Amino acid sequence: VSRVAVLKGGRSLERQVSLRSGARVEDALERLGHDVVALDVNHDLISRLRDAAPDVAFIAMHGRDGEDGTVQELLEILDIPYTGSGVLACVRATDKVLAKHLMIEAGIPTPEFFAFSETAFRELGAADALPAIEERLDFPIVVKPSSQGSALGIKFARNAADVPAALVAAFSYDSRVLLERHVDGRDLAVSILDGEPLPVVEAVPTGDGFYDFEARYEIGRTEFVCPAELPDGVTEQAQELALRTYRLLGCSAFGRIDLMLGSDGELTVLEANPIPGLTETSLLPQAAEAAGISFDELVGRIVELALEPAPA
Amino acid sequence: VPTESVSTSRDIERYAGLFAARTKVMKSSAMRDLMAVTARPEVISLAGGLPDTSTFPPDTFAAIAQRIAAESCAKALQYGPTEGLDETKACIAQVMAAEGMRVAPEDLIVTTGGQQVIDLVTKTLIDPGDVVIAEGPTYPGAVPVFSAYQADVVQVDMDADGMRVDLLEETLDRLERDGRRPKFIYTVPSFQNPAGVTMSQPRRSRLVEVAHERELLVLEDNPYGLLRYEGDPPPPLLSLDGGVYVMYLGTFSKILSPGIRLGWVVAPPPVLEKINLGKQAADLCTSTLSQLMVQAYFQESRWRDYVESLTEVYRARRDTMLDALADHFPRQAEWTRPAGGLFIWVTLPDFIDTTDLLARALRDNVAFVPGEAAFLDGRGRNAMRLNFSGSNEDAIREGIRRIGEVVTEQVDLYGTLTGEHASVRVESPPAVEDPAGDNVLRLPKRSARSRRAEGS
Repeated sequence: VSRVAVLKGGRSLERQVSLRSGARVEDALERLGHDVVALDVNHDLISRLRDAAPDVAFIAMHGRDGEDGTVQELLEILDIPYTGSGVLACVRATDKVLAKHLMIEAGIPTPEFFAFSETAFRELGAADALPAIEERLDFPIVVKPSSQGSALGIKFARNAADVPAALVAAFSYDSRVLLERHVDGRDLAVSILDGEPLPVVEAVPTGDGFYDFEARYEIGRTEFVCPAELPDGVTEQAQELALRTYRLLGCSAFGRIDLMLGSDGELTVLEANPIPGLTETSLLPQAAEAAGISFDELVGRIVELALEPAPA
Repeated sequence: VPTESVSTSRDIERYAGLFAARTKVMKSSAMRDLMAVTARPEVISLAGGLPDTSTFPPDTFAAIAQRIAAESCAKALQYGPTEGLDETKACIAQVMAAEGMRVAPEDLIVTTGGQQVIDLVTKTLIDPGDVVIAEGPTYPGAVPVFSAYQADVVQVDMDADGMRVDLLEETLDRLERDGRRPKFIYTVPSFQNPAGVTMSQPRRSRLVEVAHERELLVLEDNPYGLLRYEGDPPPPLLSLDGGVYVMYLGTFSKILSPGIRLGWVVAPPPVLEKINLGKQAADLCTSTLSQLMVQAYFQESRWRDYVESLTEVYRARRDTMLDALADHFPRQAEWTRPAGGLFIWVTLPDFIDTTDLLARALRDNVAFVPGEAAFLDGRGRNAMRLNFSGSNEDAIREGIRRIGEVVTEQVDLYGTLTGEHASVRVESPPAVEDPAGDNVLRLPKRSARSRRAEGS
């Protein structure tokens, strides 16, 4: 039995999802017999952590602060073991631009992209490069903020006239944005637990008509199939690519890699999530369940991994 | 084994299979997730619709409680009739008289807030797929009600004089050609939530005529009528119609307290009878305690003085917000100049999506309601609703300054991206100093998205 502080909420735009992940983790930990302290992350986080003096912190936060290495850094200073990936892996994975550059360097296929800061547009005249980029990537182009974890701020520019507004929207979330080649195909997610890939989940948009692009990001407009029914060998390939990405970024304990299976049959890696959702409908719990690992077992395993002595 | 090993969301969302079809229409959106962050204490929220309850005298509250304890303790703790207590109805008659309406006790039902009236009327009149006509933008709180009853909501554009009744007639003609007859028209004619505009007297008269000609019901939602900061009130639709096709929604929320959850509905007797049945099913009766509190309050003090004091406070806050908008918003922004109520509606250039803008504004600890909340058809994406009743003047000034800064930032960035000229702040603001500006209300006609859909 351990004393576990569950960190949730905070001021990230994914606060709501995080509160649900956290509540579900707390229930599981209590069923496992742990002593649970729930903390909605706030200005007084440090003093409350000192008061609680937990054996381990379960980070059930998504997006800014929780997933980008900030809270991990604080827990390092307080010398409190925590769940999931360390500071460096969080920094690498949350920064989509950095993650994609690392992938390219390591030979992991990822959709072609260009990334710019707001200053590049304001001070270096980067707007003049847009026509060349548009020609290179073909429409529709995906425009997204570099660090936002959820679907917020992701826009699809169907033609050159759409690009400026899409950029303005993406810059609402981050000072750096990507313009990425749109891959037409199937959305796959591979979750990884303790270095082992779990069954592949496919997100199938249930919407129809023109807004299919957006459908996958809207709750209730997507259905999940696990294990995904894929052509021979594709499951293994997707799992292998996901594992390579996970290791490349230095993730530990668990994580989720999102991929696309293009209509040309090619797999590409879109992004890595160091702390994927843990709600009823989240992909990691679904994948674990398909592998015969119940939610309680999943949570228990994640806590054990955090308490294991780090490999010297 | 093969089929069992395939688990889909149907199995995992254990409860989803048990939900009624109407829950599928209930909207869940990125915006809702963002709104969760606006409740944090460090955020200046111009997003709510809260009246200021801080100036209500605690002595009066104590006297009310004392009076109930002494005079009607057992009654206050008991169930009451579904239609409400006569004592409360007498108070309601006073409030309605103050706005030039006369009502008999048997023509109204006391409800649990005005919101319940929208629910009961929709429940009474709408089968799935039936048409409700609403203003565009409409009261965001009515959207989930209409959705829950699977109404097909058709929104009619507004200008500075309220709902465009000419467009309403065109819409009704079009629906008729399609063989569809709307059940009712939902309108907030005075100081509309969210647009802040008021329907002119000629339009009111014409709307009532249209209702008679076409035998259509109108739900007149009037929470703010007494919160007027200038000018003379046009007559309520109910008084123009005499209670034939107009149903009327009133509430104590904005003139006394939203916490007591007390509203009322006036409707033609056959409709009222059905509403009564619906109310019985919903909650048997409105809180007796709340009803007696209103009665005691009307005996204990002069309710109109309190409304007058609120009016003073809100007028100053409205003026502060209008001044701050003129000081801090770029010239590409337009806004309404409400003569009463709680809200100002701001329309930004097409290229700004206010849901994304809210995410940016939250980084600076300030919040508003994105315009898409007031539409069911994806419009309003470049608009926002601002509330001036729930924050003090310093907070309003600072909040508007922060929002203005992020709007200006996005206007400038767009200019940089497209090579167009950047934002310019107006020094002598037309919205305040040019009386002709009052008549300019450009509510969003079409969103950038719908334009895109046409491939232009």
